[in-house]
Amino acid sequence: MRFRRSSAATADTDVAEPGRGIELRRVGHRYGDRVVLEGIDLQLTEPRVGVVGANGSGKSTFARLLNGLVVPTEGQVLVDGLDTRTQVRAVRRRVGFVFQDPDAQIVHPTVAEDVAYGLENQGVPPDERAARVAEVLERYGLAGHADHPAHLLSGGQKQLLAIAGVLVMQPARIVFDEPTTLLDLVNARRVAEVIAGLEQQVVVVTHQLDLLDGFDRVLVVDGGRVVEDAPPGPAVAAYRALMERR
Amino acid sequence: MTLALYVPVGSPVHRLPAGVKLLCLAVLAVLLFARPTPTVAGAALVGTLVVGLGVARLPVAVLARQAWALRWFLLVLFVVHALTTDVATGAHTVLRLLTLVLAAAVVTATTRVSEMVRVVERLCAPLRLVGGRPERVGLLIAMALRFIPVLIERADRIRAAQAARGGPPRGVRALRTTVAPLLVQLLQMAHDVSEALDARGADDTPVRRPGRA
Ligand SMILES: Nc1ncnc2c1ncn2[C@@H]1O[C@H](COP(=O)(O)OP(=O)(O)OP(=O)(O)O)[C@@H](O)[C@H]1O
Ligand SMILES: [Mg+2]
Repeated sequence: MRFRRSSAATADTDVAEPGRGIELRRVGHRYGDRVVLEGIDLQLTEPRVGVVGANGSGKSTFARLLNGLVVPTEGQVLVDGLDTRTQVRAVRRRVGFVFQDPDAQIVHPTVAEDVAYGLENQGVPPDERAARVAEVLERYGLAGHADHPAHLLSGGQKQLLAIAGVLVMQPARIVFDEPTTLLDLVNARRVAEVIAGLEQQVVVVTHQLDLLDGFDRVLVVDGGRVVEDAPPGPAVAAYRALMERR
Repeated sequence: MTLALYVPVGSPVHRLPAGVKLLCLAVLAVLLFARPTPTVAGAALVGTLVVGLGVARLPVAVLARQAWALRWFLLVLFVVHALTTDVATGAHTVLRLLTLVLAAAVVTATTRVSEMVRVVERLCAPLRLVGGRPERVGLLIAMALRFIPVLIERADRIRAAQAARGGPPRGVRALRTTVAPLLVQLLQMAHDVSEALDARGADDTPVRRPGRA
């Protein structure tokens, strides 16, 4: 039966175990011969998890593992017990992803249409779709821009739009890969506030260390390994020490 | 930007179903070319302006921009026709084309892209019979509209960066040196966009096929 997705959806919710969070079991990843991540064993259940590390250390690859955009060449990634290798659709419904460059993740010409995109994919009926889009736009101060062309928004507004497009799908967890890197101070702060206010579990990859204030747990990635796993204070100190030794 | 995008006003023209508007546009096009008399073309132009500016209350600038964007093309068209036939034919040809462009601008400015896309999807519905996915066609159109401005902006940025370092600011040479880096950026972007589509559940829509599944 291909007309309805209900059979698949119920199957997914039957096996999902929300308490388990995100688990990485002996995860390694290589692109061709090049080892990018290795020996990662983690369970992430904290509401706020940060990831820092030098350029090229493997952070983005790590982030992409969490919603199945990258499937590990070794080991297993489980989200609420769902394997990213075999249940990628169910995983992506639970884990939203916000990228660094908002321009690459806004796919429709106008603001409201773009927010609606993910809901269309989920087969949400038009009336409910419109209501949920309106509600999210209101929350992020974009209500006045609903019918505006996305390319006329400022960088900060575009990133908020990208976040709105993910939030409207109500994922249980959201991964951010350098969400503030391209933004000025004011917009970066606005995005940081939005992230801080989310009720979802959040995993943030960033080079902007102040974004990690108030986080529960910060991972320091170096050469494809997690070399420090601690609260923000000690983790950031270890990261600075590591960078100074270079 | 040369793309006339939706102008949210809320007039009777805005509320007209997208399919009807596109049909009117098609009829107008056929009429302009099946009955190529100056009277028809003139009446069509006046009609288009009345509907666009009067009924739909679009800003004059929206339509003027479209005409302005085509100025060189129209000029060349006029000159070629004037030289090969006569001035009146040249003027008439330009008039018809201008009318059609303005009418198309009125339709795009009063119709949300999503409605337009829906019409196209409906027209492509027979694709399902052979296992095609009409909603993919719709997404393709929407994405083309979305990424044209992005493309222009990236090209401008590359040109500015090159000019800042003493490169040619315009002309054929500037065009040549812009194309290669632009292509590299576009390929990178295409990869990023495909990831973003995946992350937002592009594959979530089950393939619908007719008949027993
Ligand atoms: N698709 C790919 N194919 C081949 N190599 C890749 C690919 N993606 C990343 N890499 C390589 O893997 C390594 C880790 O990349 P990754 O993007 O995960 O690093 P990062 O920590 O996010 O870096 P940055 O801080 O610059 O964003 C880099 O050396 C990169 O060149
Ligand atoms: Mg990265």
